[in-house]
Amino acid sequence: MTGGTVLSTVAPSADTSAGVVDVLLWVVLPYVTVAVFVLGHIWRYRYDKFGWTTRSSQLYESRLLRIGSPLFHFGILLVLMGHVGGLVIPDRWTEAIGISEHAYHVTAVSLGTVAGFCTLAGLAILIYRRRTVGPVFSATTRNDKLMYAVLTLVIVLGLSATVAANLVGGGYNYRETVSPWFRSVFYLQPDPHLMADVPILFKLHALSALLLFCIWPFTRLVHMLTAPVGYLTRPYIVYRSRDELLSTRAPRRGWEHRPG
Amino acid sequence: MRVMAQMAMVMNLDKCIGCHTCSVTCKQAWTNRSGVEYVWFNNVETRPGQGYPRRYEDQDKWRGGWTLNRRGRLELKAGGRLRKLMTIFANPKLPSIDDYYEPWTYDYDTLTNAPLQEHTPVARPKSLISGEDMKISWSANWDDDLGGSPGLADRDVVLGQVSEKVKLEFEKTFMFYLPRICEHCLNPSCAASCPSGAIYKRAEDGIVLVDQDRCRGWRMCVTGCPYKKVYFNHRTGKAEKCTFCFPRVEVGIPTVCSETCVGRLRYIGLMLYDADKVLEAASTPDEKGLYEAQRQVFLDPHDPEVVAAAGRAGIPRDWIEAAQRSPVHALINTYRVALPLHPEYRTMPMVWYIPPLSPVVDVVRDTGHDAEDSGNLFAAIEALRIPVDYLAQLFTAGDPAPVEAVLRRLAAMRSYMRDINLGREPDEGIPAKVDMTGEQMYDMYRLLALAKYDERYVIPPAHTEQAHRLEEIATECSLNYEGGPGMGGWGPFGETSGGAAPIAVENFHMLRQRQTADSPVDPADKHARVNLLNWDGKGRPAGLFPPRREASGTAAPDAEESADGTATTVSEEPKR
Repeated sequence: MTGGTVLSTVAPSADTSAGVVDVLLWVVLPYVTVAVFVLGHIWRYRYDKFGWTTRSSQLYESRLLRIGSPLFHFGILLVLMGHVGGLVIPDRWTEAIGISEHAYHVTAVSLGTVAGFCTLAGLAILIYRRRTVGPVFSATTRNDKLMYAVLTLVIVLGLSATVAANLVGGGYNYRETVSPWFRSVFYLQPDPHLMADVPILFKLHALSALLLFCIWPFTRLVHMLTAPVGYLTRPYIVYRSRDELLSTRAPRRGWEHRPG
Repeated sequence: MRVMAQMAMVMNLDKCIGCHTCSVTCKQAWTNRSGVEYVWFNNVETRPGQGYPRRYEDQDKWRGGWTLNRRGRLELKAGGRLRKLMTIFANPKLPSIDDYYEPWTYDYDTLTNAPLQEHTPVARPKSLISGEDMKISWSANWDDDLGGSPGLADRDVVLGQVSEKVKLEFEKTFMFYLPRICEHCLNPSCAASCPSGAIYKRAEDGIVLVDQDRCRGWRMCVTGCPYKKVYFNHRTGKAEKCTFCFPRVEVGIPTVCSETCVGRLRYIGLMLYDADKVLEAASTPDEKGLYEAQRQVFLDPHDPEVVAAAGRAGIPRDWIEAAQRSPVHALINTYRVALPLHPEYRTMPMVWYIPPLSPVVDVVRDTGHDAEDSGNLFAAIEALRIPVDYLAQLFTAGDPAPVEAVLRRLAAMRSYMRDINLGREPDEGIPAKVDMTGEQMYDMYRLLALAKYDERYVIPPAHTEQAHRLEEIATECSLNYEGGPGMGGWGPFGETSGGAAPIAVENFHMLRQRQTADSPVDPADKHARVNLLNWDGKGRPAGLFPPRREASGTAAPDAEESADGTATTVSEEPKR
């Protein structure tokens, strides 16, 4: 499937019913995000392996970090799993194995809210630490600050969308709208109509998440992609041969001219 | 038998005067950068003392190294793979900057810029971590020469393991220095702790290195190393450690710490060992057997079977010959005077130490007895439990027998050589008492007392033959190192992102040539050198700048001539 077919399948529907803004937000932007996310990571990996790190600040301060960091990271991992369950797995599948919509909803909302609040609490501790502990603050770059702002925005919007929807209207079934739209992007048959009537908080959450994915490869968040799961299977001691080339340039072959 | 070669070091503690030259030159060469201000790849500790970082030997607290589990199998003391991954977000056993020390500089600016005032301006200490004014209260060698004792030396971990009586006596009586670098272990627990697999042991020479491009800053190696010789660069977010000065060793010159050692107490050489036996040796049930077990892992480089196996394993012939001449092998296995530091950590360390006899000699001399007499010295070694027990805690997991044997050998050498030096008939009974012959004793004396540069450092250069590259000339990119973004400075993602500058091996070759040249005062490229002291500041001194290149591209005759020397390197640069 090529870009051309994507355009040709989308274009008619966009012309007939979806507004230009909808197409821009729910068709163009997602693909731009995917492209930036993938190519950005490839570019960063090729040219900035040395900068690819967690940039841990534990050496400066560990009392707050020991509470905040696990709280945030385990929270966000749960949130991630929740999003995979909610966005990637169609509701037909969960129903097929006998989980009713109501049961799913209750589990998702309760677990999701707990995980979301853990994440937010962890993030709050970490940001407080970052601002108040001198050495940590002076090791914070502008890049970090932007990343923190966007990350906080995404989490706050996501959490408030869930909470608000459940407080006001007894819950919103995003699995009929947002999830199919999400999957449609990856089927290469994006359908902006699905997002038309989604509550504003969900829309904002999705858009802020797209923004986060756009800046992701250029921030310290890249450390997530190199989560060391390989450690579970590799041998303890790694042996490697010395680089073949000791010199900064390859030695000249015998027949080559010595540069003057 | 799987033969591997290991670059190893032995330090003779009797000769260490605690001058810290090794630390300073190492610092200057490797860690004189931001982010590693607090890092000393080489440090010298006064014993008894707490060490650097403070009380690093307390493995009940820091959980470094390996331990045996209930089934007798080796496991990381800080916990296995799963536990590591579960605590990856906040390492519970990471030393904080206070356990090392808060690095500082002085506000020198005030000294020159302060307005005229009644009192002399003062350069206040400023923290290099926070930039604030600070009170200096600890450093990498704060308790140097027992400064601050008894309050500080009391907290020596090793002292805590010997008996109460010894504790009190020791700090009054004895003191010696312990220089420490990375141990480049055969069974490195830092490498085993690294979740990313960034720490590796080089197959050729066993040097343990951190791949800066693969390190993700998970910090588990800092916990894993029981010697606390892996450090976290707080600016780049990557682990760094002693590299055994591999760019120098690769061209055949010793490490900076060895090269600059005033007491000439360091020896560098190869050890051949059987890689298949390492795990079994490290799993020896009795801690006190670990010293002997590690010795059994080493192979005799003179044994024809070993030589053949080494050849089959791809170890080059000149490396095998270097292993045969290795002073390290002689001290560890032939004379058996070198001992490993803390073998009970089960990492199979490869920087060994000759324990100091001087505490014993000093006591004998202070009592007015003849301190060169073997009988007196032997008796003192037996009577003076204090230094022996302490040294045993350091070097043999608490077993006094090997320490005693080493000290007896050193004492025997002392009195045997006195007879020779005074022109008397040597007493062959003395070496016999320590199971040596007179000739062996003399050889040991030569190695310990007289050995010249070439005998102390037997370092075969790395093999960089290019035969394989010539076979497949079109397959490799000749622009490997050039033009990468970030080469001109820092990238946008924090300090030094974008890649570290590659090490220029040419510089180290030049260094070696300069050091080993026959005539340092009359270099071959003299005509291309400039003496700026003779220059009156007018015009351009001849030879300061490379000759201008003609448009036709013909090489300047001058540059062609000194092609092997230093002068042309500069002019080649822009054309690359």
